[in-house]
Amino acid sequence: MVNLIWLIPLIPLGGAAVLLLLGRMLPKSLIKVVAPGTIFAAFLLSLGAVMESGGKPHEVVLYEWLPKVDWGFLLDPLSSVMILIITGIGFLIHVYATGYMDHEGGYYRFFGYLNLFVFFMLILVLANNYVLLFAGWEGVGLASYLLIGFYFNKKSAGDAAKKAFLFNRVGDAGFILGMFCVAALTHGSLAFRDLHGLTAGPLLTAAAALLFLGATGKSAQLPLFVWLPDAMEGPTPVSALIHAATMVTAGVYMVARSSAIYSLAPEVSAAISCIGATTAIMAATIAMVQTDIKRVLAYSTVSQLGFMFMAAGVGAYWVAVFHLMTHAFFKALLFLGAGSVIHGLHGEQDMLKMGGLRSEMPITFWTMAIAALAIAGVPGMAGFFSKDEILFYAYLNFKSVFAVGLITAALTAFYMWRLMFLTFFGEKRTLVHAHESPLVMTAPLIVLALGCGGCSYYAAQLERWLEPVLHSNHSPDIGLKHVLMAASVFAAFTGILLARYFHASTGPLGPLTKLAQHKWYLDDIYDFVFVRGLGMRGGEYLGSFDRRILDGGINGAGLVTRFVSRASIWADTWIVDGLVRIAGFSAMFASLPARIVQTGFVQSYALVIVAAIAAALGLFWVK
Amino acid sequence: MITYSATDHFILLPALLLGMFGIAVLLLDFLFPKDIKGRGWLVGIAISGLVFAGWQLWEQHRYLAEHGMTPLTGFNGALVLDNFAIFFNGIVLVSAALVMLISYRYLENEHEHHAEYYALVLFATFGAFFIITGVDMVTIFIGLETMAVSFYVLVGFLRGDKRSNEAAMKYLLLGGFSTGLLIYGFSIFYGLTGSTTLIALASVVPARGPHDPLLYLGIVTTLAGLLFKIGAAPFHMWAPDTYEGAPTTVTAFLAVASKTASFALLLRVLAVGLSGARPQWEPLLTGAAVLSLTIGNLAAITQSNVKRMLAYSSIAHAGYLLLGVVAGNDTGLIGVAIYLLTYAFMTIGAFLVLVALRRKGAAVETIDDLAALSRRYPSYALLMLVFLLSLAGIPPTAGFIGKYYIFLALVESGKYGLAILGALYVAVSLYYYFRLVRSMFFVESTEAQVLAPSNGVRLALAITGMATVAMGVLPEPFIRMAAASLGR
Repeated sequence: MVNLIWLIPLIPLGGAAVLLLLGRMLPKSLIKVVAPGTIFAAFLLSLGAVMESGGKPHEVVLYEWLPKVDWGFLLDPLSSVMILIITGIGFLIHVYATGYMDHEGGYYRFFGYLNLFVFFMLILVLANNYVLLFAGWEGVGLASYLLIGFYFNKKSAGDAAKKAFLFNRVGDAGFILGMFCVAALTHGSLAFRDLHGLTAGPLLTAAAALLFLGATGKSAQLPLFVWLPDAMEGPTPVSALIHAATMVTAGVYMVARSSAIYSLAPEVSAAISCIGATTAIMAATIAMVQTDIKRVLAYSTVSQLGFMFMAAGVGAYWVAVFHLMTHAFFKALLFLGAGSVIHGLHGEQDMLKMGGLRSEMPITFWTMAIAALAIAGVPGMAGFFSKDEILFYAYLNFKSVFAVGLITAALTAFYMWRLMFLTFFGEKRTLVHAHESPLVMTAPLIVLALGCGGCSYYAAQLERWLEPVLHSNHSPDIGLKHVLMAASVFAAFTGILLARYFHASTGPLGPLTKLAQHKWYLDDIYDFVFVRGLGMRGGEYLGSFDRRILDGGINGAGLVTRFVSRASIWADTWIVDGLVRIAGFSAMFASLPARIVQTGFVQSYALVIVAAIAAALGLFWVK
Repeated sequence: MITYSATDHFILLPALLLGMFGIAVLLLDFLFPKDIKGRGWLVGIAISGLVFAGWQLWEQHRYLAEHGMTPLTGFNGALVLDNFAIFFNGIVLVSAALVMLISYRYLENEHEHHAEYYALVLFATFGAFFIITGVDMVTIFIGLETMAVSFYVLVGFLRGDKRSNEAAMKYLLLGGFSTGLLIYGFSIFYGLTGSTTLIALASVVPARGPHDPLLYLGIVTTLAGLLFKIGAAPFHMWAPDTYEGAPTTVTAFLAVASKTASFALLLRVLAVGLSGARPQWEPLLTGAAVLSLTIGNLAAITQSNVKRMLAYSSIAHAGYLLLGVVAGNDTGLIGVAIYLLTYAFMTIGAFLVLVALRRKGAAVETIDDLAALSRRYPSYALLMLVFLLSLAGIPPTAGFIGKYYIFLALVESGKYGLAILGALYVAVSLYYYFRLVRSMFFVESTEAQVLAPSNGVRLALAITGMATVAMGVLPEPFIRMAAASLGR
């Protein structure tokens, strides 16, 4: 079976093709079988392949795709973990979605996109080189884009999709460049097996930094994380699968996969750790003041991804993957639970209008409680061990990162139990009669809850399992570990206790509340500089590119006058909003030559040709 | 003494067939009454002309393969038959055939269905043959003019449409100007060498040295003329207006055939005639590439007309292609060849979807016209998505392969700055291509598009779609073809 790993992604692709092309003609009942069925088949095949491989790396090369770059798949301990998460949790979420999306239009499109996503995600993690990984990387971005904007009648959904798309583009530019740096290092091979034996150097550092820039886009880290909370406009199963369990962890996976590069670039690794820690605490504070149940979870995801990068940055790659795995369980469960609540309340997402749902939705409550304990880091639950390991390794390397991590752990416990208390305890604040979700939705919750409890006990096994592929700096200082464990347990219970008493507080952060409520003004900064500055102004200038402003074509005198008067106006308002001006200015400046000439007049076009030739000839004398 | 040898005939045969079929289409149209079943059969004749020409190309390729790939020269060194010529002629022929397939219904809808259209497409292909195959400047020039004149008429083929007329006029005036520049450059080369062949030019270049003003003047003016033809900045300004105004089928043909033939010529002039003058032309090409990327990608962002947006995107593509030449190694040149091959299919594919759709009884033009396509015609929306991803260069589509080669070539030759610029603009280009995706998938529309696909459109769509995916997933045979065309 291990030779059939190339088939694993193809099964969901087949499902996607059938659903997208023929879906309209298929009855709903068949779609309900096809969509989760393909994922389940992929899961079974993955399970078989992983068991057969027994942790030994196994490559299946189909053919040479590009010179020295294969269309090849790699099943090793790392990708084994990933494909099992993707197909396993992906299957549960598909089953859940058959119930959740029951009343929505475009059923076949939804599952078509969802299957397509799984296909690309499997390509991403099974690829044996960066180029194929990049194909998956762009593919999941595409599927995510289509799914965030699934409710196309909602304008906010379209805007959110666009935002996610734009922020990911920035990261992708970094990824492409990083990829070519790697190509230069490996002499064009780009295969993961050729990463070993590289030597440190400026090119390698550049590769590490640029690839990480790609990861900050995909995995929603500073400075590019603002798209993820908005991505919650997509249907809740999408949030659970793509924006919690799988796609957003692709950056962590990629960094772990490139551990050979990152272990040689200590400066970049340190930066990753710091960025992860900063993102974690920032997002956690924002999560504390959100009232939309899905947004709390979205910021929580950003924060937890920060934890993973903290671990990856200090060289504890297996811990990052371990947390990735536990997070996939508890965060998928939390999202699906939240979806169940929203479903039960007929679309209500505001936690201030919930409350007291414990008795009406017992299964949802108990399963979510398990996940909330897990993410808070209560002993015996999935999140406890993984978070603990992260803090332990952080302590060994950077004490400051550890301190931030510990505080964030307490904040995490607080915001998560604030969510629980607001949703399930206290007085009921809505008149809507809530109902427990149907079995297709609650069954996945139960399975995931079992996973949350269970998977924590396999930390040691996972470390051994991942040992051959990931560089790990093992340090068995048991005494220290227990002290730190006590500290983190203390932090967890403090957070939960505080949530018990202050969950209704509107200012849990004191003076920082306002900052958190405004999401640390990150959106505003982006809006100010890019949307209003470059976007609107730049768009305006670029838009007038060929709007034929200059009617005379080449009216020199008018041009000069216009220029002078404009310059004086600029000078007046220069200081008032300097930042916007600079941004707008540069776009204006960049488009200026084109604006002057793209007038629609043949004479001015010809003039440009002459001018270009004159410039080229001028170059002769300059040289 | 003028002779016409068997070799000459063998080399010329594809062009001969194209020309003869072109004239046949005109004559038959004239001889038969106008109302014979809408005259769809003219398309058949025109396409069979292309098929015969293609068959001859295949024969030529077989001959070369049997004779160790030694190029044949004919007409006293005016034409040369090598793999390079066959490869690029092949691209032009295929694009012409695809355009023929989609033209019939389009022209019917626009009430401008005339036999001249097909004849002109054949004549343009005929001209392209001499551009690609010629190594003599006079031959090349005549080929260029034959192609250009055919295109001037084709662009203005919608006689009742003001924009089509305007586009043709602009293209004619500026095209004439640029041809003047090119012939000026050629005349300087003639003055330097006393011969009109590129090979003679090559032997003179080293002797003139790098600081010869006359040679430099010749290079600058020749490049200006050629950059105009491939639609590279700063000689691109005709493109948006012309692409927008021309009939969509002609736009597709112009974007592919004219660009491919002219780029082949550019390669030939630089590699054969001016390879010794690299220090002189490389900075110029670098400048043109950077400008094309910048102007093409940035201006495309704000366009609301799809054809205009694709025009700017084709300017950006010219920039990438020039980067491949600038890189100056084998990888770069193979990249250029494979880029042009993939570009033909994905570009025609994208225009094809526009041709297939109609709205309010008119052809689809603006981005809003594509609204809700994914819900009405999911397969067309998916195909368009594939073409757009390919144009943006996203793996595993065809467009990725060319870009991959060109970036790799830049990295190999140590031109990191240009590689960074190119990669950044890939990210930018996704943005404007995805404005179409957004419209197709996320925007609801009350006015439905009407799909009017003829069997020709279906066939062409199937070919372009499959080629775009196949070349991306399994590029190896195509890469080999591209490499062989360059004798690698």
